[in-house]
Amino acid sequence: MIALESLAKRFGAVEAVRDVSLTAADGRVTGLLGPNGAGKSTTLRLLYGVLRPDGGRALVDGLDVAGARRAALARLGVLPHNAGLYPLLTARENIRYYGALHGMRGAALERRIDELGALLDLGAVLERRTRGFSQGERLKVALARALVHNPPNLVLDEPTNGLDVLATRSLRELIRRLRDAGHCLLFSSHVMQEVAALCDDIVIIGAGRVVARGTPEELRGSVASGSLEDAFVAALHDGSG
Amino acid sequence: MRALFIVWLKEVLENARDRRTMLSALIIGPLGGPLLFSLMMNLTLERGRERAEQPLELPVVGATAAPNLVAFLRREGVKVTALDGGEAAANAAVHSKAARVVLVIPEGYGGRVTRGEPAAVRLYTDTSDTSASGERARATALLRAYGAQIAAWRLAARGLSPLLMQPVVVDEVDVSTPAARALALLGMLSYFIVFATLMGGLYVAIDTTAGERERGSLEPLLTLPVPRRAVVYGKMLAASAFMALSLLLNLAAFTVCLRFVRFDTVGMALNLDAGVALAIFLVMLPFVLVGSALMTIVASFTRSYREAQSWLAAVLLVPTLPIVFAALYQVPSRTGLMWVPSLGQHLLIESLLKGEPPRPAHVLLSVASTLAIGALLAGIAARLYGREKILG
Repeated sequence: MIALESLAKRFGAVEAVRDVSLTAADGRVTGLLGPNGAGKSTTLRLLYGVLRPDGGRALVDGLDVAGARRAALARLGVLPHNAGLYPLLTARENIRYYGALHGMRGAALERRIDELGALLDLGAVLERRTRGFSQGERLKVALARALVHNPPNLVLDEPTNGLDVLATRSLRELIRRLRDAGHCLLFSSHVMQEVAALCDDIVIIGAGRVVARGTPEELRGSVASGSLEDAFVAALHDGSG
Repeated sequence: MRALFIVWLKEVLENARDRRTMLSALIIGPLGGPLLFSLMMNLTLERGRERAEQPLELPVVGATAAPNLVAFLRREGVKVTALDGGEAAANAAVHSKAARVVLVIPEGYGGRVTRGEPAAVRLYTDTSDTSASGERARATALLRAYGAQIAAWRLAARGLSPLLMQPVVVDEVDVSTPAARALALLGMLSYFIVFATLMGGLYVAIDTTAGERERGSLEPLLTLPVPRRAVVYGKMLAASAFMALSLLLNLAAFTVCLRFVRFDTVGMALNLDAGVALAIFLVMLPFVLVGSALMTIVASFTRSYREAQSWLAAVLLVPTLPIVFAALYQVPSRTGLMWVPSLGQHLLIESLLKGEPPRPAHVLLSVASTLAIGALLAGIAARLYGREKILG
């Protein structure tokens, strides 16, 4: 479970995140929806500990990321926006590096990599150097890397950016499968249809603040037209006004 | 500790597969210097030797006005040729490098000599042309000798002893050993060694910081539950490993290449055998840490691979500056200088090449202070890595 409590972060004069609180439950997919520049990436960066909050805190399974960083991060898998691989290492070596840094080793680690290879349908690609991989292949390897330690919680920052239809589809399936296995998934997007198709809970943020939250049905019900898009626009409008 | 080793191992493996890293760490860095250096050395020695063995060529303007002087020069083995056209011709000949020195006998020279007045002659030369310094010195010495001879005759003609002209006699006693003489040329050797060492780690340092950021692999790496210090130190030690390898190859290459330089023909000896090379390696080893920490610090400020590359090229010069300075000014080995990284190593290397074992206190001071400064820089690099801005 992931809980953000009144997170705030400013860069100089810019208040990137003013007050973001949300809970992402186990066995559910929570979508962080907002226009570009709303503070989605900053919020997630505060969660996975590469930025320190000016106010509030981020908890992973009750562990404070600022206070108990390593214990909290051990229970978190992270796929940052545009995550890069090491082009001179094979896919397996890329994944193995992260596994080793998570404290895994030996036959157990190799077994886990094989398992992920099967789960993500990596096939022969697993033993190839990642230079020249397609966008979809790169994302799969980055995902496998984030999942290597089998974390109960997974954070994905705009994972579908730049993916073709097929890759997006298989990513969606994977996210559902992880949810059904009881994982807590939190992912950000600025594409409303994507969030609508996938999420159990939606948190809409605008200008660094949570402006609306609820299940897709609840959000649809909040506007007369019953359209999620109208709910999104209305929430942003109310939030900024 | 385990995390540090995992990071180190991955960086070594990854960079060992990188052609650019390997080219600079194994070939260009270590081998370029020795080849270039021994080639330059051979040419210099060759040229010096040929020059010394050849008779001095001296075009003389107005030679007919000074038959005695010309005869004296010929007796001394100088190839005197007559040059027409006055001072302008002398000027032009030197300027166009047709001649290295030209002697001009002005009109009225003969008369002044006969009357016993100071008679001027002009020696045209280009002092900015260092290759002419030998000819210049020889011509000047011969003209002085001729003047001294005339003075001696004049004194003798007046019944005075020519010895009156020599109240003080200077006898130069050369105490330099052949090895020490070679050192004047070899002062730049440590420059090449330091440069090769830094080159070995250059691309590793760039790749592990700016490169990693540019690829977008830094952010996920920093989300792992390992101390950032372990990540930075692992990366720095990987760069250090490549630097040490480059240093080792460089010394091996120097040991082999300088065998082929004919130092003996000019009465010099070079004290660089496997034992000395090993001693130099050990003396240089602490500097590896300073170099890799320094490069990591600089690379952590840059935004891209390209930017890091241009900044680090400039940083390569920083540790080599004290060496250039010391070589130019022939700075003697002093305790007060030993603590300066790269300068201390330079002075110790110089001692070793001279065949003088360096004082243990000097070695200790250099090693201790270089390690301390390296640790300090490594600490700074780790702090920089801990900043939020490291993600750019």
